[in-house]
Formats: sequence, structure tokens, C-alpha cells
Amino acid sequence: MIDLTSLTLSGARGLLDRREISSVELTQAHLDRIDRLEPQLNAYIRVTGDIALAQAVRADEAMRRGEAGELAGIPMALKDILSTVGVPTTCGSRILENYVPQYNATVVDRLAASGAVVLGKTNMDEFAMGSSNENSAFGPVHNPWCLERVPGGSSGGSATAVASSEAVYALGTDTGGSIRQPAALTGTVGLKPTYGRVSRYGLVAFASSLDQIGPITRTVADAAAVLGVIAGPDPRDSTALNAPVPDYSAALTGDIRGLRVGIPREYFGDGLDSEVRVVVERAIEVLQSLGARAVPISLPSSEHALSTYYVISPAEAMANLARYDGVRYGLSLPGDDIWSMYALTREAGFGAEVKRRIILGTYVLSAGYYDAYYRKAQQVRTLVRRDFDAAFGEVDVIVGPTTPTPAFPIGAKVDDPLQMYLNDVYTVPINMAGITAVSVPAGLASGLPVGVQIIGRALDEETILRVGDAFERETGHNLLRPPMTAEVSA
Amino acid sequence: MNGPYVPVVGLEVHAQLLTASKMFCGCSSRYSGAPPDTHCCAVCAGMPGALPVVNARAVELGLLTALALHCTVPRASKFDRKNYSYPDLPKGYQISQYDDPIGRGGFLDYRIGDRVIRWGITRVHLEEDTGKTTHTDVDGREVSLVDYNRSGVPLMEIVTDPEMRMPEEAREFVSALRQVLMYLGVNDGDLQAGSMRVDVNISLTGPNGERNPKVEVKNLNSLRALERSLAYEIERQGRLLAGGETVEQETRGWSEKEEKTVPQRTKEYAHDYRYFPEPDLPPLVIRQADLDRLTGTMPEMPMTRSGRFVSQYGLTPFHAQVLTRERPLADYFERAAAADRSVPPRIYANWITGDLMRLLGEEQRAAEEIPIPPENLAELLSLIETGEISGSAGKQVLDEMFTSGQAAHAIVERRQLRQVADSAALDTLTDEVLAANPGMVDQYRKGKTNVIQALVGQAMKSSQGRANPQVVRDLLERKLN
Ligand SMILES: [Zn+2]
Repeated sequence: MIDLTSLTLSGARGLLDRREISSVELTQAHLDRIDRLEPQLNAYIRVTGDIALAQAVRADEAMRRGEAGELAGIPMALKDILSTVGVPTTCGSRILENYVPQYNATVVDRLAASGAVVLGKTNMDEFAMGSSNENSAFGPVHNPWCLERVPGGSSGGSATAVASSEAVYALGTDTGGSIRQPAALTGTVGLKPTYGRVSRYGLVAFASSLDQIGPITRTVADAAAVLGVIAGPDPRDSTALNAPVPDYSAALTGDIRGLRVGIPREYFGDGLDSEVRVVVERAIEVLQSLGARAVPISLPSSEHALSTYYVISPAEAMANLARYDGVRYGLSLPGDDIWSMYALTREAGFGAEVKRRIILGTYVLSAGYYDAYYRKAQQVRTLVRRDFDAAFGEVDVIVGPTTPTPAFPIGAKVDDPLQMYLNDVYTVPINMAGITAVSVPAGLASGLPVGVQIIGRALDEETILRVGDAFERETGHNLLRPPMTAEVSA
Repeated sequence: MNGPYVPVVGLEVHAQLLTASKMFCGCSSRYSGAPPDTHCCAVCAGMPGALPVVNARAVELGLLTALALHCTVPRASKFDRKNYSYPDLPKGYQISQYDDPIGRGGFLDYRIGDRVIRWGITRVHLEEDTGKTTHTDVDGREVSLVDYNRSGVPLMEIVTDPEMRMPEEAREFVSALRQVLMYLGVNDGDLQAGSMRVDVNISLTGPNGERNPKVEVKNLNSLRALERSLAYEIERQGRLLAGGETVEQETRGWSEKEEKTVPQRTKEYAHDYRYFPEPDLPPLVIRQADLDRLTGTMPEMPMTRSGRFVSQYGLTPFHAQVLTRERPLADYFERAAAADRSVPPRIYANWITGDLMRLLGEEQRAAEEIPIPPENLAELLSLIETGEISGSAGKQVLDEMFTSGQAAHAIVERRQLRQVADSAALDTLTDEVLAANPGMVDQYRKGKTNVIQALVGQAMKSSQGRANPQVVRDLLERKLN
């Protein structure tokens, strides 16, 4: 008897289509596993078992009628920042602990139309601000590869659920690395699509010009399949791109011969852990062995990208989080007047990192400081974009590490925000430029997963997925499972 | 009258745009009278994750206004977030336009008597309205209630240059601007209901050009309040300065009851709106082709039209101004005048500005609600002009046309109002009048010939207006001499 929770999306698809298993069986197996593992992992903020089983029943019926969509009957998890009608959407925050959306995010509607089964809402850093998942009001998430370590963030719950087989796949969001960094730290595949490729409608905004929804999966092929369902124009999101959605799965030919792979000098500097460097260099050798050509390049503005990110994203967050005032929904603490009600509610409702960024965002936009910070940051952002434009004139993809280090111990960086921010040094420039990148498992360093980041041109998800898929087929690094997975299965 | 001080006045006019839906969502913007929070959705209620989508019609109406006010319209414009906290602002920021408005550097010409005044327009920009806060008592407790129906309604802000202006000039400017907005069909001009709102900034400049702090006056919901509050502020600030005191820079409100401005209870902190570009909306690209199309749809503006009414139709400036005050009335005049050109235009102007406007006033109807088709008015005036009916009978017919909606000839036939010009009948009528008024006959014969007017009146009365007054007069004169 196969372990139903070991299935990938494409594996489960085949078994469901051939009626060898039912969605109800598959869903129940995952709910059972969630029951067993959650006390150690805390990947979910809320498990919606009843809803999942009802969706599974409907998916089985649809499949019997031959009307099933590509994701029909396959259990997955949603980061708790994606609006779900009737199911609380907390964003990992006390302030939205009891907030129940009255509408679905566009991606949630698209998953539902495809017959997806939603197991629950995953844990995350509060309002997606963080790189370790320690900023959640609902407790930290534990990395299934080593429970004392962080899974990365902010989509740490989604990455952990997929890595530990608590879900076949999950959706996360990525503002500065929040899909790719936890994917790298948990040995999963994490795709940040081009800005505007996936509608943001119903994604509770952190930094609107950077946020993007994407899949976390156990294979590149699964990421391609999920992206095909969630991508596309949306009249409700004016920043969603009006480009047609290609057949991403068809792009996975396994052939990367002649492909020019840019190796950015700046991504292999002092901050990079030596073991991680070895793993990533080996990954580049694999690509070369498959016929790709490595080309040294430079992205000179990337060293300023991180500090610029910490001007632009807090500025946008300051405005996006202003609505949590206790007036209409969410936490509300009465005060003597409206101003004290605001102060009491926000003091109690937001965690330290969120407050830090609201203060930062308020500061950089204040009268007299705007030009020095916000305007300057926008200028640097243009330079970062130009760096990539220039590089993509010479290469087809850019490859480097996803993170400077593997997963670090829980508590190691909580008191040092600047060290914490450095986790995103290789991922942030991609958001700043609005382009796409995928993190693919590249092997282990001292028993912990390392991710290799494959960066592509805007709207060229096909090429980075093709490279990632070819790498994965050649190496099988994605098949490595956390030790606890084996224990539980046995 | 202000001693050595000269008032410098700047105006900020907010006008709700007459679109079917709100600025950034599909909710209906016609919320007037609706129960609270019934015209809301995730977007205009500021729910987490909701995103704005620009109402293209609102942009068109804004551009139309910018063009009509002779503004420079940029190739690209954008929206910005204006950050401040208040319960009726559900997102904690208002989507507005900061440094790239859809129009800047225009002007409006308007008239006071024979004087044409040009007031500069600094900018025209688009934004969204806020919800409405009401402070009230519920079960003896002071509470504030917020209704989000108005939240997200398209709003246009027109800011004038600060200019040396007197209260009457400011009032007439707003009146002219209101007229332009109504002509364009972008706003209903209702100051009372708040779909058009005016704030003024006023400061006094001293004898040596020294500038004093400015005071903002809000909540001006009538032209009268605007004029009175400015006059009050000029007097108040002048008195302070003359007494060696300083004017405090502050926001005041106009109290209708006390006929004065009063300081507004606002929390004392400097506003820093921390504007930055709205990341949820791509820049607005304004194409010349769209501007050309909008210019093509632009109606003739009231002042131009008034001038044309004088030159083309030979109307008095007074009639021309009254008729062009509201576009539907001006349209009505032109349609009627075109329906029967044998009636002189000034006759149409007389009847429309006289009896027709009286009837509208009595019924409290707006100009677009005139129940008489212009062709029917033309027919009536033609019947009078050709002598078919008398002028006084015409008034009765008009009254009935107004209430019944029937055509003139039908009423004339039914009520037998056609003028009696047949001399046999009038012969009898005039004999009766002379017999009934021996005193006047006597006076006439003694040389007081103007009593003939009274005798004609008597004849008209007893014929219920049907007698042709000229024929009656001729007959009476012949009989008396
Ligand atoms: Zn709405």
C-alpha cells in the first residue's frame, strides 16, 4: 500500500484519474498526518478538515462525471494571508485573529474552479514581515529537517506543510523572498512569479508593489501545473498583467543545451556560507554538464537592493496597515476617544516587527525626509531593474544561492533585525525588479537543505521552470525528505 | 472698508462626479437616501486585500472639466495615497492625486455686471470621497456613527490661485463654476446637499505687502454662506491686525445661526499626509485622441452662450443671462425658437423667463422638468402672434398646458378662446360696455381720452379675453367720437 502523503501533485493526479484512489482517501490521509505532526511543527494556524472533506466529496463526484479540473481532488494549503470566504484570515496577527473575509481572493476562486481541496490556512510571519516565522502571533513554525531550527519565512507554514507532506502543495506570498527563502530552508520548490502574473486581489497587502503569490511544491513540474491554474489577468487587479498564460508544463522539455546561465559575482561574496557556496557551485556544474553555458556577470546595484527594500516596503506597509484601527473589523479595544482607541488597539494587536516597520515607513515618508529616503529608494530601484535588463541582454537565466545560509536555530536572530534582514539579500532584488525566480533544492549542507535560485526575465517563467526541472531530473535532490517524515511514515 | 488691508482669497471646491458607479469599485454612487452601508463592497469599505480599479468615466469627466477650465492636461497622470486616520476613511488613506494632477494652470472667466473677471485655476484633480460621520446620542450616550455609502464616490477637487478678491467676487466665481460643472454634466451643483462643497482660504495683505497667516473656512453650503463668511473674516482679521494683534492660522467653520465663523474643534497637530504613489494603480495614460474626442463633446459654456443669445437672437443681456444660467433652460429656449421662426426670439425669451419660470417656481420644478414640449410653446406663441388668441388668453392656455400637458390648439378649441374679431359680435359687446359705464363715457367726452384703456379692459373681461383688443378699441373710439 502506497503512502498517500508521499505523492506529488502529478503523482496524485494520475492515481485519481485512474480511480485508484479517491480524493476523500487522499484528503483524509493528509488530515491524519496533520493531526500527528502539527504538535511538533505548528505549520497551520487553522485546519479546515470538514471543508476539505466536503470539497473532496465534490471533487470525487466531478471526477466521476469527467468534469474535473487540473487540481481536482488534491489537498493543498493556503497561506493565511489569502482571503477565504467564511474562514478566518489572520495574517498571523492578533489584530485579525477573528476577522472572517466576506469574499475569496482571486487565486482561491481559481483553485476552487479547478476542484482543489483546501486543508487549511498556514502559519506565517505577521503580515508577511519576517524571514523565520518567529513573528507569528500563533507561535513559531519548526523546520521538519531539524525541529530546533526555523523554516524561514514569511511563508514558513506553507513550506513546512509541503516539506513534511502535510499538504501536496501550498500557496505562499513573496514580497522580498518569502516563498523562495523558506522553500530553500525546507528543501521544497518555491516559485515567485513575475509581478502581475498572478492577481493580488484578496491577498492582504504588505507591500503592494512587491507582493506576489506563488506555489510551494515538491517538484518543479508541480509548480508549473499550479502556476498554470492561478496565473492570468484579473479585472479586479489593475496591476495584473494582460498577458496570455502559456502551457508551463509543456515547457519542461528537459533540454537546456546552449542555454546561457549568468553567474552574478555579487551573489558569491563574503556573506555567503562556505558550505552553501559549495552546494551552489556544484549545481552550476550540473547545469553545465547538461549543456548550459556559464557566463560570469555583474549586478552592481544589487548590494543596495536590500537597504532600498527596507525603505519602500515599510512605506507601503505603513499605509496598507493603517486600516487596522478597530473601527470595522478585527481586534478593537475601546478608549476614551477615537485616538486612544486606535492606540490601544494597535498597541495590543501588532507584534514588534510590524510596529518597527510601521515606524520606519512613517519616517521615510515624513515631510523633509521623503527625498532622502523614498525618492532615493525609487531611483535605486530603477538601477536594480536596469542591472537585470542589461544582464538579460547576455544571458537567458541567472543562477545563484537563494539564501546565504541554511536554516538557523530558532531564537538565534530575533534580537538582531539587521542580521535577520540579510536572509533576503539574494531574493529581494528580484522583487525590486518585478521579475521571476524559482528556488529549487540543490542538496544538503550539514544535513540541512540548500536552495539554488534560478532567476528569469519578466514573464519568462517557462525558461526558469525548464532549467529547474532539468536540474531536478538530473540530481533528484528534491526527493530528499526530512528525517521525521520517514519516522512518521514507518 | 478694510483699512489698509487687502484680502487674498483662494478656493477649494470639491465636486462629486455624476457617474453611475464609484471611483474605484462597481458600487452605485447614487446613495442619497439609502439606508447606511447599503452601497458598499470590499473595495470601498477598505476590507483587507481588496484592490481599486479606476472608473474610466470619472477620469473622462475630470478631464472634461480640466479642458473646460483651460487647464494644461499632462500625457500621464497618476494617483497617490494621502495618509491620515479617521473612522470615515476606511483604508486609513485616501486615493487622491498629489504631484501629477489631471489638470493644472487654467482659468475661469465670469461676469459681474459688465465686468469680466478671470480667476486662475491652480489644479484639478481626482480623488475618492470619504464616508460620513455623524455625532449623535444613542440611549443617552454620545456616539459617532459612520455610514460608508459615500465612501469611494468619485470626487474632483478644483483649487484656485490665491487672488486679491472681494466676497462678492468669490461668490460669483463659485456661482459661475457651478454653472460650468452643471453645463458639463459632471456635477449636480447641489451645495446644500454637499455634492458640491466649498472651502475658502483667506488672509489679509498689509499696506506694505506684508502677508499675514491664512484662515481656512469650511462647511460653506450656500453661496450666501460663502460671501458672508468671507466678509466676516475680512472684518475680523482686519480688526485684529489694526489692533496690533496677530491672526492665528487655523481652520474655522461657518455658523449659520450665529452668522459668524467659529474655530473648529480639531485635534491640534500638524498634518503630514505622507503622500506617495498609489502602487495598486498603474499610471493614467492620457491620449491626445481621447482629449480630442472629449473636446468634441464639450458643450458651449454659459458665458459664450449668453453672448451668442444677444448677438444671434437679439435678446437683452438680462434675458440672455437668465436663460443661460441653466443649460436645460437655454436648450429649451433654442429648441422652441427653432420650432417656429415666425415668432421673434425675444417673444420666446419673454414667455420663458416670465410666465414659464413663474410656473416652474410655483411647482418647484427644475428646468429639465418643463412639462411643455418646446414645439408646443412655439405653437402657442404663434397663435398669439398671429392674433388667433389674445395675450391674456395665452396666459390661461399656458397654465393649462403646464398642468395637463395638452397642446395649445386643443385647449384653445375646447375653451373657445379664439379671438372674436367678427364685428357683429363685437358691436354688441362694445355697446354693452358703453351702456354699463356711463361715467367713463362722460369723462372721455370731456377730453380724458385715456379712459378708453379701461373700457377696452372691461370688454376683454366680459369676453373672457377672447375679444381682439385692437378691434375693440377701434370700435369704441368710433362710437365715442
Ligand atoms: Zn464598493
